[in-house]
Amino acid sequence: MAKSALLKSSIAKKYWMALTGLFLCLFLAGHLAGNLQLLVPNNALNFNQYALFMTTNPAVKILSYLTYISILFHAIDGFLLTYQNAKARPIGYAKTNPSANSSFSSRNMAVLGTIVLIFIVTHMVNFWAKMHYDKNMPLAQKETLAQTGKKQIQLVGIKDSQMPFFQLDESGKLSKEFFENIKTQTQGQYDLEIQDVTKIVNKKDGEVIFQGYKDLYKLTIDFFRDAKYGLIFTIGYVLAMFALGFHLWHGFSSAFQSLGLNGPKYTPAIKFFGKAFSVVVPLLFAIIPLYIHFTK
Amino acid sequence: MSTAKNININLKIWRQKNAKEKGGIVDYKLDNVSTASSFLEMLDQLNEQLINSKQEPVAFDHDCREGICGMCSLYINGRAHGPETGTTTCQLHMRKFKDGDTIYIEPFRSKAFPVVKDLVVDRSSFDRIQQAGGFVSVNTSGNTIDANSIPVPKDDADKSFMAAACIGCGACVASCKNGSAMLFVGAKVSQYALLPQGKVEAATRVQNMVRQMDEEGFGNCTNTGACEVECPKGISLENIARMNREFLKASL
Amino acid sequence: MKLDSKIPEGPLNKKWTDYKDHLKLVAPNNRPKLDIIVVGTGLAGASAAASLGEMGYNVKAFCFQDSPRRAHSIAAQGGINAAKNYQNDGDSIYRLFYDTIKGGDYRAREANVHRLAEVSGNIIDQCVAQGVPFAREYGGMLDNRSFGGVQVQRTFYAAGQTGQQLLLGAYSSLSRQIGLGRVKMFNRHEMLDLVKIDGKARGIIARNLITGEIERHSAHAVVIASGGYGNVYFLSTNAMGSNVSAGWKVHKRGAAFSNPCYVQIHPTCIPVHGTNQSKLTLMSESLRNSGRIWVPKKKEDAEAIRAGKLKPTQIAEEDRDYYLERRYPAFGNLVPRDVASRAAKERCDEGYGIEANDTNEGVYLDFSSEIKSKGKEVAYAHGNHNPSEEEIIKLGKEWIEEKYGNLFEMYEKITDENPYETPMKIYPAVHYTMGGVWVDYNLQSSIPGCFVAGEANFSDHGANRLGASALMQGLADGYFVLPYTVSNYLADEIRTGKISTDAPEFAEAEKNVKDSIDKFLNNNGTKSVDYFHKRLGLVMWNKVGMARNEKGLKEAIEEIGQIRDEFYKDVFVPGSAEELNPELEKALRVADFLELGQLMAMDALQRNESCGGHFREEYQDAEGETLRDDENFSFVSAWEYKGQDTTKAELHKEDLKYEFIKIAARNYK
Repeated sequence: MAKSALLKSSIAKKYWMALTGLFLCLFLAGHLAGNLQLLVPNNALNFNQYALFMTTNPAVKILSYLTYISILFHAIDGFLLTYQNAKARPIGYAKTNPSANSSFSSRNMAVLGTIVLIFIVTHMVNFWAKMHYDKNMPLAQKETLAQTGKKQIQLVGIKDSQMPFFQLDESGKLSKEFFENIKTQTQGQYDLEIQDVTKIVNKKDGEVIFQGYKDLYKLTIDFFRDAKYGLIFTIGYVLAMFALGFHLWHGFSSAFQSLGLNGPKYTPAIKFFGKAFSVVVPLLFAIIPLYIHFTK
Repeated sequence: MSTAKNININLKIWRQKNAKEKGGIVDYKLDNVSTASSFLEMLDQLNEQLINSKQEPVAFDHDCREGICGMCSLYINGRAHGPETGTTTCQLHMRKFKDGDTIYIEPFRSKAFPVVKDLVVDRSSFDRIQQAGGFVSVNTSGNTIDANSIPVPKDDADKSFMAAACIGCGACVASCKNGSAMLFVGAKVSQYALLPQGKVEAATRVQNMVRQMDEEGFGNCTNTGACEVECPKGISLENIARMNREFLKASL
Repeated sequence: MKLDSKIPEGPLNKKWTDYKDHLKLVAPNNRPKLDIIVVGTGLAGASAAASLGEMGYNVKAFCFQDSPRRAHSIAAQGGINAAKNYQNDGDSIYRLFYDTIKGGDYRAREANVHRLAEVSGNIIDQCVAQGVPFAREYGGMLDNRSFGGVQVQRTFYAAGQTGQQLLLGAYSSLSRQIGLGRVKMFNRHEMLDLVKIDGKARGIIARNLITGEIERHSAHAVVIASGGYGNVYFLSTNAMGSNVSAGWKVHKRGAAFSNPCYVQIHPTCIPVHGTNQSKLTLMSESLRNSGRIWVPKKKEDAEAIRAGKLKPTQIAEEDRDYYLERRYPAFGNLVPRDVASRAAKERCDEGYGIEANDTNEGVYLDFSSEIKSKGKEVAYAHGNHNPSEEEIIKLGKEWIEEKYGNLFEMYEKITDENPYETPMKIYPAVHYTMGGVWVDYNLQSSIPGCFVAGEANFSDHGANRLGASALMQGLADGYFVLPYTVSNYLADEIRTGKISTDAPEFAEAEKNVKDSIDKFLNNNGTKSVDYFHKRLGLVMWNKVGMARNEKGLKEAIEEIGQIRDEFYKDVFVPGSAEELNPELEKALRVADFLELGQLMAMDALQRNESCGGHFREEYQDAEGETLRDDENFSFVSAWEYKGQDTTKAELHKEDLKYEFIKIAARNYK
């Protein structure tokens, strides 16, 4: 009885919604802390280092899998609840007055959640998928002034990279011609190619001579500053944050209620914190693309 | 009461012959309704008018007409028990309406509350939930221990009473967008969970009552809080939280 | 008809214990072979059904509401009496017994009342064990309050919802038995006849109110716990569906009906507002602990108030007539209900009423003195020994709110007036009926196998019931009396076997029911059921109400007969028999009221004395107090049915013997 009740019963569904929801709130806080680095001027390197850490650290990996599972569970459970709840009232009312007894967000969690889910999917396609799977992901570069006073472009190497920098030509691209040129210049000693997006490997001995950062920073900046779609992306992002805010407005304190935490002592504090969280977090998230887009 | 006056109103009432046939909204005009009369007395007046013109009166549930038996229901202008909070339909008075108002009157809607006729619904699902565990298993011999041998902290007794004040009308279900019965069940679970007498069976009680609630086809609670606002007896959401706790304790 | 009360011999305080010890039992293995029908699921019915089910009998319970939890016991506000003496103010079983007998104006059986007082304590124990959340003190012990007609604090309560909490307690026990399959519940069913085979109650005919189906149910014993008949007045504090039909059908099948004229008019109800009024709302008697009842001393002030030219708060203290305190200094505002009601009527009849309705019927229940005195107490308790007037009033209002908040709110909802600022307007209204089906000490009616419990019987309250005693009686009957006495009866039925519903007696009863339903539906009259019910109510209120006289009663008997004839000729009942048809339900109930009403007037007419709720204007002393005639009327009237024309009913008398109490004039001065 007890075991199946923890999966099937109406109250168990509330627990799962609450637990996954609260975990996702933690994720939001962490994600926000990372994203806020985008607001710090000349912070590309730090940001890309952070991005590398987040995609490679094993502990983070575990957390990220938890996050994926939470999102999935939260969404599936949500759809299930919505479906069952729709069935619980087969004939609706002719006249309703819902605002008399409940808040907008509490009544629209499914819609808001769906918007957030769509946002998450597009967000992952635009950033997460590129970071993980895009073969043409740009690498972090840095412009320096050579002793000659000439501008030069370098790829920035990661901490463990053999070469801290990798000098590029003025095109700033790791083009085929560029590698041909090196091959010619070094009389075939360095026959370079790119492996795993970020590694520059000498084909002759398989030695990794350089490893750079994926330039998530540039990707992000370019995304929101895109001449054609940048504004739309920015607006879309901000709207999604509105949806998230409303979703959290109800969801945060609701999770505590679902887990049975409701009492005169701490509920006012939970409610206050939940409202603050639901305003501050989406607001800070939304400021980032706005800042990027409007400071080009 | 000297301020009472007469008003004319338009009514839009759900009429349905029986559980099987389809129903629909029918319009009525009712004149000279005293603002001192109760909402149900207004319906009495409509029925008298219908009977006098040889039409079938509107069936609606009611009994004590003093807000305690929980028999009256009605979804009035989009709200369970009408526009006033903390009030059952029988205690709602016509002074809350204005001359010329149009008033929608519908039955409480839920899969677990099928319509019997017109505005009458079947709420026996609540009884079945109660039968599943809403009691203390004590025989009625009278040979129990002296009533004062178990002191109960006043605060617990008061909270238990406030939960037990539920009249089982179903307004919580009717106003919940999900058709959830958790305020009703939470109140029952809480009443016993707060008292030493009820603690012994707390785990099986909450499991059995929740199982029955789910089987009846009520929706899932999403904490909108509409039930608490519309509950004529002001049953607190804390009771749902307490049920959630009790259920968790029982399941682990 | 022979009336044998079967009161056991022996000393008063040993009667029940000894009797109980010698009652016959039914062995557990035989109990499931015996069927019991319980009609009504209020305190008496639900507790009886739960207890009998728990013992192992096969119980079928019936109620007309959509759930057993909605029975009208739920509306009792104030509390339940029990001789626990937790407050150490000298209470005892004997005192509760004595107060109840005296409160009933010496018209109740000593043995029954003593038994009630004996088991009162068990009721509280039982309810607490069931999880009934009674009010408690800070130390965790049960709290008590005082009620009318007594000088001790023995009333247990749960805010203003004691009846609700007790009923839900009984309902929870009943639900447990339903869940276990030992009680089968029939919601939305109305009993329309009793079936008698070979002189014994063997079943009922019931109508399924949803489908209209007429059903036969057989049993070895039938328990009627269907409440009182106050709705014969149309306006009362009873629920809209409360009716006498179950009791009346039993009466028609041969059970005597006792003391129908004993009706309790509750002094503190909200006055009538207009002709569309459907029911009256009670304001708990507990309010009389804190409120003072008054009318203006000067007639011109009363007139000015009715005309809306003067507010009650503008009447100076010396111009107010606190008539209960004036007439009954010892009990003051806490005199028994009948006394308080009559005093209100006396003032209004004299022209001092303050309500601006057709009859000017209304008096004030004023909390301003209590607000001041309690406010001061609270201020002192908080260490403020020099509180200002505003502080006192603020604290006093808070005190009142904590104690009576829900009642004050209810009053404001109904009347749109704020009772914290202006006194409540109240007036007596029909509330409880002490009369009912005659039963012996076993609660068995004059039909063997037909038991009657709670308000539906006549047994414990004499001519007037004390506050907080109805709940006590209902639960005592159901939990602690019927389980013993019904078993005693059933001990002789273990060889009977299943009772077939194919017996001709079932067919005959079913046919009667169907015929009367068909008659109503095909009557094709012009007037609604309510039209006749309201007319009946008016006659009852004016001529068989708080004060009666020979002339009025004779007129009432005549008029009710006429209304009944017109009713059968001209009533219009819409709809069909095979559906939920509230008008048909009403018609069947009002038909019984139209017979009962007449019997009430006849009973009042034969009782040439004033006692308790029965006040005959011819029998009062110089100060307007009741004049009992113990020489000629110390009996229970028990009427035998002799046909629809109730004037043919035959009166039998059960003499009341007072062996243990000295009869005295009831004095609350």
